[in-house]
Amino acid sequence: MIADNDITSTLQEKVVAAIADQQPLNIMGGGSKAFYGNTTTGIPVQVAPHTGIIAYEPSELCITARAGTRLQDIEALLAANGQMLAFEPPCFSPDSTIGGVVASGLAGPARPWSGSVRDHVLGVKLITGYGKVASFGGQVMKNVAGYDISRLITGSMGTLGLILEVSLKVMPRPATELTLTLDLPSQEAFELVTTMRNSTLPLSATCYFDGCLYLRLSGVASHVVASHRKIGGEPLNNPDQFWEALRNQTHEFFQQYDRPLWRLSFPSSANVISRLEGNSLIEWGGSQRWVYTNIPVNLIRNIAHKGEGHATVYRGSLPGVNPFHPLQPNMLSVQQRLKQAMDPHSIFNIGRMYKDW
Amino acid sequence: MKTSAAPHNLLFQQLADILPQDAILTAKEDLHPYECDGLTAYRHLPLAVVLPTTTEQVQLIVKTCSRLKIPVVARGAGTGLSGGALPHEGGIVLSLARFKQIMEIDTVNLHARVQPGVRNLAISQAVDHLGLFYAPDPSSQIACSIGGNVAENSGGVHCLKYGLTVHNILEIKVVTIDGELLIIGNDRLDTPGYDLLALMTGSEGMLGIVVEVLVKLTVKPETVQVLMADFAMVNDAGDAVAAIISKGIIPAGLEMMDNPALRAAEDFIHAGYPIDANAILLCELDGTEDEVSEQVARVSAILKEYRAGTIHIAKTAAERARLWAGRKAAFPAVGRISPDYYCMDGTIPRKHLAHVLQKINDFSQTYALGVANVFHAGDGNLHPLILYDANRPGELEKAERFGADILALCVKVGGSITGEHGVGHEKLDSMCVQFGEAELEVFHAVKRAFDPDELLNPGKAVPTLHRCAELGAMHVHHGQLSHPELPRF
Ligand SMILES: Cc1cc2nc3c(=O)[nH]c(=O)nc-3n(C[C@@H](O)[C@H](O)[C@H](O)COP(=O)(O)OP(=O)(O)OC[C@H]3O[C@@H](n4cnc5c(N)ncnc54)[C@H](O)[C@@H]3O)c2cc1C
Ligand SMILES: Cc1cc2nc3c(=O)[nH]c(=O)nc-3n(C[C@H](O)[C@H](O)[C@H](O)COP(=O)(O)OP(=O)(O)OC[C@H]3O[C@@H](n4cnc5c(N)ncnc54)[C@H](O)[C@@H]3O)c2cc1C
Repeated sequence: MIADNDITSTLQEKVVAAIADQQPLNIMGGGSKAFYGNTTTGIPVQVAPHTGIIAYEPSELCITARAGTRLQDIEALLAANGQMLAFEPPCFSPDSTIGGVVASGLAGPARPWSGSVRDHVLGVKLITGYGKVASFGGQVMKNVAGYDISRLITGSMGTLGLILEVSLKVMPRPATELTLTLDLPSQEAFELVTTMRNSTLPLSATCYFDGCLYLRLSGVASHVVASHRKIGGEPLNNPDQFWEALRNQTHEFFQQYDRPLWRLSFPSSANVISRLEGNSLIEWGGSQRWVYTNIPVNLIRNIAHKGEGHATVYRGSLPGVNPFHPLQPNMLSVQQRLKQAMDPHSIFNIGRMYKDW
Repeated sequence: MKTSAAPHNLLFQQLADILPQDAILTAKEDLHPYECDGLTAYRHLPLAVVLPTTTEQVQLIVKTCSRLKIPVVARGAGTGLSGGALPHEGGIVLSLARFKQIMEIDTVNLHARVQPGVRNLAISQAVDHLGLFYAPDPSSQIACSIGGNVAENSGGVHCLKYGLTVHNILEIKVVTIDGELLIIGNDRLDTPGYDLLALMTGSEGMLGIVVEVLVKLTVKPETVQVLMADFAMVNDAGDAVAAIISKGIIPAGLEMMDNPALRAAEDFIHAGYPIDANAILLCELDGTEDEVSEQVARVSAILKEYRAGTIHIAKTAAERARLWAGRKAAFPAVGRISPDYYCMDGTIPRKHLAHVLQKINDFSQTYALGVANVFHAGDGNLHPLILYDANRPGELEKAERFGADILALCVKVGGSITGEHGVGHEKLDSMCVQFGEAELEVFHAVKRAFDPDELLNPGKAVPTLHRCAELGAMHVHHGQLSHPELPRF
């Protein structure tokens, strides 16, 4: 059961008081992602008690929930109706909230094929930096009235407003899934995945770890079976367990804490980068690469640049290093102006994304 | 905005330093083709039209206008239906029509880099031989530009499965009002910082000028099938749409037309529509051979369950194209049966389709104006076409009131006043119905962050708080506007 608990007025009072006192806030969902990004020193505001499903009708392909509703509860409700959040948000803790999912904008293994978090955001209700409750977007698939604030909020780490409600597009679960494993050197694995992208194979996730390529196929049974014949490889036992471990980072690879964990984002065609091979795991058809390394920050960001990518310190703090990739000067100034416009009293998660703002 | 004569001369001089003579239009007869977009009810002449060919020229033009405080209205192909590209009398029109190049096609990363003036359909045509296509397909795709598509977040019949413009672009280059070139997005799967790509998409030329677009290309499906089903009851067609989707089927396209619309289209295109039906559904299914034949069977069963008459499956690619041609030509087709028509663009949750249709019919009686309905049914996007005759005094105003009532109804059932055509100049008052002060305050703040002097497409897309307050007061006092045709600022 998902409790129906509306604490909008309490939250709004806190925001209004913060504006009056010029006292920044630290917006907390389940607190499961506190490790990610910078820390912020504001007064904690708990959104987790703000729970409940506002609307869910499977035929509308949309669910609207209060931000504190637990991701786990939403996924269970959708599963019971044969649907899912197709971007597979990681669920690091049972307490992870749907507001935190949207605020952090992080997606799981299906991302390249199913789309990002913001691709599934249809609407948000916020407490704005002016202390008011405002609704953007809606529960419909198409809506171009006014600027697209709902998608802008996605991934903004709570720095542009306090999320009260979110409306997300939901999708039917695939009829069949099959995961294949192929033992391949990294170069061959890259080439295989590249050719697959330019095909109609029902690929829905990839992972390359420890000399093994994992390919998940999702779709109607006939297509999945025919694709297996084409690709070859060994079916994996307990595939759901494997992808879930990857998605929630309970997989053994993610259990190392002696060095910082970097997340590198590349164009899908970026080739094998030998400097980054070693202790790494590659997802998203080559676009998302996880690496444990002590290589100096400048060097790793240079490597990323050369491959036309960017690098984030995902976990583990490096003194004086901003975890998020630095922005170009003209982009930085536009983003700062936007932050200033939407949070004119500087109260939301100051410094959570980039230092000082 | 007040502009005196002196800055014009200065403007013309400075433009002449940036552009060759044939790229600056100032003579009245040259300006007339630019006086309106696809919504011809509103017309203004700009001071000048400029037709740059390079990004550097755009930067210099914008810098000049910024310095002289001259409004700049970007224009693609001018097919917009909300007056978005309507010129500002004190400003210039910046046409991107000469940015026509497809700069790069990448078959490994599946994307194409194009200039903003490239026509939507030209992209799909250029990659057709590679087995690829650009998915968003507005009905205006032979004419409209990709820059205009980005500015409106345009959709099309295939957006149900493949997404809108916002889901199909990766990176844009934008000239901001200070003349800087901003690169937004990339060909990776995420970008550090705020998602400005989403913010820019659908921003109607209010935040920057798009000078380059990296679009995603999609692999063409192996097999495509199109079904046409006719219905004696419009409600049944609406319910069938909801049923197909709730059974977990996402068709590539799912469109509905009512009797007046399908008759007009049939007269025009001879698509083979059953002219006695009260509604037809067109359903496209794509994928592998097995996948499609399985889905055709399932969809047919659902259609029968909801009392479809005949279910016709297109036998050839030519027949498929013909069935779609009728739908895509629905607007011009209706244009042939009525001296004028006013195209609406509301969206609603699918479950309210039958109710909303009934209400639209009631309004039609009240206003004594005909209406033909075309829908992107799969995603709840309605295009009621209100039939009127602009030569009859008062009919345009009546059509506009009818339209505003439809949009207010869409908002009331939880939808939106525009699904893909944008707010532009046309729907400023309806914005006041959908949004209150709290939202407008944020919209204005965003605008200020990008364009503090309000020089980019001023007066469009977002109404002033004052306008809405006045409108709200009038609504309360009179229930109905006395002079809806007057601009209210
Ligand atoms: C080791 C580990 C790795 C993780 N990696 C990821 C990951 O890669 N991707 C990912 O999505 N999640 C990650 N998480 C968290 C994830 O598991 C959850 O899916 C969930 O998204 C977190 O929600 P939360 O409520 O705990 O967020 P929190 O940690 O509470 O919040 C995350 C951010 O969102 C802001 N926020 C939260 N709620 C709101 C709101 N209502 N309005 C405005 N801002 C808000 C917070 O201020 C904070 O900046 C990770 C957790 C752990 C322990
Ligand atoms: C018959 C017909 C059918 C249509 N069908 C559809 C449909 O199915 N789906 C749909 O979504 N729309 C449809 N439309 C509407 C229209 O075609 C789209 O809105 C289209 O995207 C407009 O493109 P354009 O190049 O003509 O833009 P314009 O009309 O020239 O401009 C539209 C807006 O975009 C801005 N703009 C244009 N180029 C740029 C740029 N480079 N940088 C910044 N701003 C820019 C303008 O300032 C203006 O606000 C239809 C129109 C017609 C006439």
